[in-house]
Amino acid sequence: MMEPGLYHLLFISAALFFIGVYGFFTRRNLITMLMSVELVLNSVNLNFIAFNKYLWPNKLDGLFFSIFVIAIAAAEAAVAIAIIINLYRSHHSIDVENAEEMKF
Amino acid sequence: MSGSTIIFYMLAALTLVSGALAVTTRQIFRAAIFLLFSLIGIAGLYFWMQYEFIAAVQIVVYVGGITVLIIFSIFLTQQAGELLPKEKIGRQVFSALAAFCGFALTMLQLYQHSFKQTTDQPIAPSVSNIGNQMLGVEDNGFALPFEVVSILLLAAMIGCIVIALRSKPATA
Repeated sequence: MMEPGLYHLLFISAALFFIGVYGFFTRRNLITMLMSVELVLNSVNLNFIAFNKYLWPNKLDGLFFSIFVIAIAAAEAAVAIAIIINLYRSHHSIDVENAEEMKF
Repeated sequence: MSGSTIIFYMLAALTLVSGALAVTTRQIFRAAIFLLFSLIGIAGLYFWMQYEFIAAVQIVVYVGGITVLIIFSIFLTQQAGELLPKEKIGRQVFSALAAFCGFALTMLQLYQHSFKQTTDQPIAPSVSNIGNQMLGVEDNGFALPFEVVSILLLAAMIGCIVIALRSKPATA
């Protein structure tokens, strides 16, 4: 067990990113796919903050990137959930295999 | 081993274990709760790095906002207590293989690379510094992206209302 530093944080962030990718590949339910995307976005934020803290502590650019990523992720989650609820209303299912047509 | 190191490893374990459970459990409500714990673990890591503002934003937006939104949409779209269908074993194996290969490649590149650290005087990520730079219009200001993001949020809000609006049957 070493003193945690930049590499430890990058390890956590990479592991979380690929956990999210695994979930995105295996899940077939739209809500769980959205959760996997949230994990991926969070790992990216963690990366930005770690680089900001350990490599460029004289600037705040990584922190601002994280703030903008969080804002865009919130907008993306809201739009995705609106689409999911609309899809459930018309198809009575939110499985991606059942949502083949774009418009009907 | 200091207390700070122990806290770091505990937060890392919380984040990764609950993240892994969130993408593998077959009960969708449990998946949402595990996602919640994973996001709390990340907020704890931000606190550990002493970036208090971004940790607070993480808790307010993700833990308080997005997770609640996901839980509500689960209530609206799922039958209670129903398990998600089992994934095909071939798909699971290939996804795990792809994810592991990507992870191994990333780690390999990471440990061969040595990062150069700046030697300049660090500035504190305090709320006043963040606010001055966020709304600054000088060289290092982020006023333009801030405005663009606010337009984006407005557009997303209107878009959500339009998409989720129940279309009334046409009455002649």
